[in-house]
Amino acid sequence: MSGLLKFITCGSVDDGKSTLIGHILYDSKLLYADQEKALVLDSKVGSRGGEIDYSLLLDGLMAEREQGITIDVAYRYFTTDKRSFIVADTPGHEEYTRNMAVGASFAQLAIILVDAKQGVLVQTRRHSRICSLMGIKHFVFAVNKMDLVNYSEERFEEIKKEIKKLSEDLKLANVTVIPVSATEGDNVTQKSSNTSWYTGKALLEHLETVDVSEQEEVSFYMPIQRVCRPNHKFRGFQGQVESGNVKEGQTIITLPSRETASVKKILVGSDEKKEAIAGQAVTIQLDKEVDVSRGCVLTDDENLPVAKSFLATFLWMDDEELTVGKEYLVKSGTKRIPGFIKKILYKIDVNTGEHIETNTIEKNEIALCQVELTEKIVLDTFSHHKTLGELILIDRVSHMTSACGVIENIDTSEEKPYFEKDDIKIGGYIFEEFYFNLENAIMTKKNTADKTYHVGDLVPSEGESFKYPEYFDIISVENNGAVLIRDGQVQDIIKLEDYQFIGLPVLDERGFALAIKNKKDLDQFLEEFTEIDGKNISEFHNRWFQFEVYRRIVCTDNFWMI
Amino acid sequence: MSRLSHLDELEAEAIYIIREVAAECENPVMLYSIGKDSSVMLHLALKAFYPEKPPFPFLHVNTTWKFKEMIEFRDKTARELGIEMLEYINEDGVKKGINPFDHGSVYTDIMKTQALKQALNKYGFTAAFGGGRRDEEKSRAKERIFSFRNESHAWDPKNQRPEMWKLYNTEINKGESIRVFPISNWTEKDIWQYIKRENIPIVPLYFAAKRPVVERDGNLIMVDDDRMRLNPGEKPTIKKVRFRTLGCYPLTGGIESDADTLDEIIDETLSSVESERTSRVIDKDGGAASMEKRKREGYF
Repeated sequence: MSGLLKFITCGSVDDGKSTLIGHILYDSKLLYADQEKALVLDSKVGSRGGEIDYSLLLDGLMAEREQGITIDVAYRYFTTDKRSFIVADTPGHEEYTRNMAVGASFAQLAIILVDAKQGVLVQTRRHSRICSLMGIKHFVFAVNKMDLVNYSEERFEEIKKEIKKLSEDLKLANVTVIPVSATEGDNVTQKSSNTSWYTGKALLEHLETVDVSEQEEVSFYMPIQRVCRPNHKFRGFQGQVESGNVKEGQTIITLPSRETASVKKILVGSDEKKEAIAGQAVTIQLDKEVDVSRGCVLTDDENLPVAKSFLATFLWMDDEELTVGKEYLVKSGTKRIPGFIKKILYKIDVNTGEHIETNTIEKNEIALCQVELTEKIVLDTFSHHKTLGELILIDRVSHMTSACGVIENIDTSEEKPYFEKDDIKIGGYIFEEFYFNLENAIMTKKNTADKTYHVGDLVPSEGESFKYPEYFDIISVENNGAVLIRDGQVQDIIKLEDYQFIGLPVLDERGFALAIKNKKDLDQFLEEFTEIDGKNISEFHNRWFQFEVYRRIVCTDNFWMI
Repeated sequence: MSRLSHLDELEAEAIYIIREVAAECENPVMLYSIGKDSSVMLHLALKAFYPEKPPFPFLHVNTTWKFKEMIEFRDKTARELGIEMLEYINEDGVKKGINPFDHGSVYTDIMKTQALKQALNKYGFTAAFGGGRRDEEKSRAKERIFSFRNESHAWDPKNQRPEMWKLYNTEINKGESIRVFPISNWTEKDIWQYIKRENIPIVPLYFAAKRPVVERDGNLIMVDDDRMRLNPGEKPTIKKVRFRTLGCYPLTGGIESDADTLDEIIDETLSSVESERTSRVIDKDGGAASMEKRKREGYF
């Protein structure tokens, strides 16, 4: 069993979370003398009429002490003879739900307080749901203020039934229910004679003995944090081993580039080791050059998904509501990449669990959404590979962490092509709009409906930011094909080798005009393309491609679409 | 399969954080206060990037009232490790003769808080690592690992950014900056045990030795140089003392002790009935919330 237990306390306002933890610290003689002295002094002016107010040990901010509430998570560290603990005491007010979620994302076990007089409340359900969403697998429901219901077994059993129902609804694992009084100390650190009918353990004893070790993920994977290059002779990949282990000489693959290499050297910190295990910070040197940078993943599991579209359950944390289509920065693992919410499937009523159709999500709401990234990255479902299934959304203007989410389902299907005929598939974004954001001077492309055009389909000739002729050709050197547009319709989609220049305007698959005026230009263009080696690619594009001929950049008043 | 120990977990967490900052932040710096927590931070930074040197400089904000042994230790450490050590002194404060005897909390503000802000502005640092730990003090216990500051370096404790899992959001606007606390989750005991395990050099003042001290308001203050002002009737006496935290010598209380080895220090720390910051005089100015107030004003 691991010596360290990270847990949180949560539940509704005034259910006594801070008091409970304060009492454990006090009873277990885990306070330093000066802290105890300060507590007694502070309590004299506090709201308990001179009695010791244990919550003052945790509510450390001025605003909290003034208002007598918890606003943000407080972390406390204590050790008993049997175990070391880190406890995050979280706020109960709905307004501060996101701070509660911060604590939940860090914990292995949650103590959820329930007021014996009030029973299970909406906030109890909300917190239980968020704990479960963030991946907590162990729950203790502490039915508090038993002293105020005369230590009634009957009342305890009633609440226990409500908790059982809640646990079933949310599919909570490993649930324990304990009757306590945080102010009086019943069943907190010692079993109380006031509840002689209760046969289980006191809370602290339960925390000291509960086994929270999880079934470990087997395969090795490590998201790369940085490339270490002190000199031209050494190139190492630095990161934390997230699961499994890695050995010198082992064959690994790089994702998304999917190259194979073998491990030449492993450094754990500054020590050379033959092997590294999950949780360690390492530097890995490979036996050959690979195309890998920050955000890529080293693994021995070739089945790790690489995708750009997925479903995730989000907890919205921003005062600004979620807007479908707005671009956010998505951070997952060590990758930071633009992406947007394509669709909200539904939001979840925290009380009833009902799925509600909606176009927007507000602060503290939970919703299942479809996310689309600008490129493929290594991802997985939260239940399968925890680290690859966690993500946050960052607002590009305010830089707020707008939401956190866990991946439920991944769409690994290939991207739909823009034009398709038999085995000829042509990508690009010729009919998508370009907008300029006046606020931050960023230009973005708006994703329109994902439609695939086939022979015979009508194509849009004019948008807000483009206007094309009725007759023109599209050639795509990257996809090795050409599209013939005649009278605003797709007349044919052909292979590039079959393309003949007949004097019509030539565009690329992005809607840029190509500087091709005759057959000779075309031949030269194709020849130059074959000579591109990655270094001169922008030079090539700047020579041949002209954005401004059929396209322009527009500012839009629909600020959030950008 | 073997599991990581508690210290291994804390070390890996800190290294992860330090690397994230180096990878994502534009112009980071590591604050170096010469104390034991700074020694641990420096050690973690060396480990995080090995075989590369830490890709950022270290900054010592010097109030000019540090213990002599601290400055010697700082210079020796920088020289031996070949790291870039910047020193910043608020020269304006020095000119005005600001000192801890006459100016009390104004001294701390001008020579520490203002000096730190000036230094960060001078070099344009966007992220600064600090060795703050959540077990030190109640407002620190509430602070995120990545803690954001506005243009005037102020902390807004009521509106902290959510910090989920280990997905740190390092995005800031121009003029804003981040304080990063990689050892937030370490306790004083963890620090000492790690120093022992890793054999990390620390300033000799942490070990008990015979030193000239005077007793003031229950604190033993060391007479480190002739700038120390003695009250009428006060006479330095030689006592065997050590320091649990290090700062400006006139503001740092020592404790009488015989602990002159790491093991003895760890033993003493574990059985102590006083928390570490009681020996730092400045924290008690201004009541229970003094640290939060200073942080709102831009103190680390």
